[in-house]
Amino acid sequence: MAGMRAPGNAAVAQSIELERASVRLGAREIWGDVSMRMDRGEFVALLGGNGSGKSTLLKVVLGAIPLASGRVSVLGNPAGAANRAIGYLPQRRSFDESTRLRGSDIVRLGLDGDRWGFPPPVAWGRSAARQQAARARVAEVIEMVGAGAYAGRPIGQLSGGEQQRLLIAQALVRRPELLLLDEPLDSLDLPTQASVAALVQDVCRDAGVGVLLVAHDVNPLLPYIDRVVYLAGGHAVEGTVEQVITSETLTDLHGVPVEVLKASDGRLVVVGQPEAPAHHHDRHAHAAGDHTHAHAI
Amino acid sequence: MPSESASPTLSWNLARDLGEVLEYHFMVNALLAGSVVAVMAGLVGWLMVLRRQAFAGHTLSMMAFPGASGASLVGIPAAWGYFAFCGAGALAIGRLSGRGRGTSPEQGARIGAVQATALALGFLFVSLYGGVLGDLESLLFGNILAISDGQLLLLAAVAFAVLATLGALARPLLFASVDPDVAGARGVPVRLLSGGFLLLLAVAVAATSQITGPLLVFALLVAPPATAQLITVRPAVSLLLSVLLGLMIVWLGMGIAYFSVYPAGFFISAIAFAVYLLVRIAVGLRGRSASARGAADARPAEARA
Ligand SMILES: Nc1ncnc2c1ncn2[C@@H]1O[C@H](COP(=O)(O)OP(=O)(O)O)[C@@H](O)[C@H]1O
Ligand SMILES: [Mg+2]
Repeated sequence: MAGMRAPGNAAVAQSIELERASVRLGAREIWGDVSMRMDRGEFVALLGGNGSGKSTLLKVVLGAIPLASGRVSVLGNPAGAANRAIGYLPQRRSFDESTRLRGSDIVRLGLDGDRWGFPPPVAWGRSAARQQAARARVAEVIEMVGAGAYAGRPIGQLSGGEQQRLLIAQALVRRPELLLLDEPLDSLDLPTQASVAALVQDVCRDAGVGVLLVAHDVNPLLPYIDRVVYLAGGHAVEGTVEQVITSETLTDLHGVPVEVLKASDGRLVVVGQPEAPAHHHDRHAHAAGDHTHAHAI
Repeated sequence: MPSESASPTLSWNLARDLGEVLEYHFMVNALLAGSVVAVMAGLVGWLMVLRRQAFAGHTLSMMAFPGASGASLVGIPAAWGYFAFCGAGALAIGRLSGRGRGTSPEQGARIGAVQATALALGFLFVSLYGGVLGDLESLLFGNILAISDGQLLLLAAVAFAVLATLGALARPLLFASVDPDVAGARGVPVRLLSGGFLLLLAVAVAATSQITGPLLVFALLVAPPATAQLITVRPAVSLLLSVLLGLMIVWLGMGIAYFSVYPAGFFISAIAFAVYLLVRIAVGLRGRSASARGAADARPAEARA
């Protein structure tokens, strides 16, 4: 319930550990020989082009997709065994305009939506105390993500950024030890991207939650992340931004010449990155603001 | 409703009129059956509307037609035919529409195919039967005035079973309905619940259509929940409102029908739709004035930020 901690193995320092892992979907190997480690309380960005297998990696961590070879351990358990301790935000999820539930109802479902039955309409004694605690916890996370002003409105009528904050609250409500966020910045305008990234960093620091955040563009995350994992060409490299996002490393990974330029404002621009431009464009179609870094990571 | 024999007249003394209505055993049974149906449809329909499965619900209620005509053809009670065809329809829709809640055009087309097949089968059964299926009208509009005590008891038992199951599944079903990806990651059996809900819907439809007719089931399954969801976004309040609206619509419809020459089904459907329409207009007007206020407020808010 509200205050309960989910069952991670607290003695283990790693949030996620992948060892020479590979995944096949159908006949195709999505990626192979991938090794990565993520410590507890770390904020790691998972980068890579469209179709490089970022979402697949999150599903592997959740135990929803099995490895073809290699090993994965999550919070000291096999993948899937500690899902109660994981907050997951799937890719590109928005609610239909006509969904007649409040933002706070969506957050509440994250707390106890997987329990059979329903909360008693009238409660007393211990049951009333439990209901009270659940409501307090929901209010607390909503406050934490700064969604108090609109959590009572129908979720489908909120803006993308407002929905995203409430979905992060939903992922946080059970005090997870690990957050898996799949492109939470997608389709947000630039100021909102920055404020959501800052929020995630706060959560990571204050609650000691490990965060693996999938992103298409590293620039809005630069001030906040500890490390990056970069997927391309069926393989991965991990390290700090300075180590990974260099012309040499990315050229190696992609297998074609790639150049990383640093703009005067600190932004990174990657030139020559092989990626289908049509997909790339479509992904940013809803985003407001001026995407001058169309070839940024 | 029935006018040949009793020829009831409205005295405008509500207590006396109500007393007169309740003197007839068939009227008491009709009101009780209508109330059971209103409660069950109000709750099952609430989830159906939230899951955007109204078309699936409509298709299931159409299953009553081949169900009843098929049953007469082979000479078994109509109720068996209802349950068999509604159950089969639920399985067909579940298999064809795959995971999640169905709104994609492709899913709509598949459900439409199930519905067309059901209607065609119904007509096939009727013509095989030799065209003397005298009861086609009660097949479509039910026979709410001829409900025996046994039927009423069966209806109550089915409603109890449906609602108990729905109660046990309530929270995960809601989670899987509005947020299937996260629910699945939390271990909620999303596909199983989706199929299970269709079966519950089928049982509810089958139990009610032999009493109210398939057309009326649909009016009670859609209109009260949709109206309630327009009025409030609080789930508990919305569910309660859906049930109360259903009861009000059924009682009012039957009450008016008793003193008129037209069938109850007509009044119930008409009231249900009218209530929905009025609420929709009221909500639209309120929304427009609210957004006009919002636009007026926007400038100072921006200046502050
Ligand atoms: N069920 C599946 N069967 C076969 N291929 C799949 C399946 N799901 C995804 N893929 C493929 O796997 C690749 C990686 O997908 P994904 O992990 O979603 O990429 P990303 O999130 O990096 O954009 C894509 O090329 C996609 O087409
Ligand atoms: Mg993805």
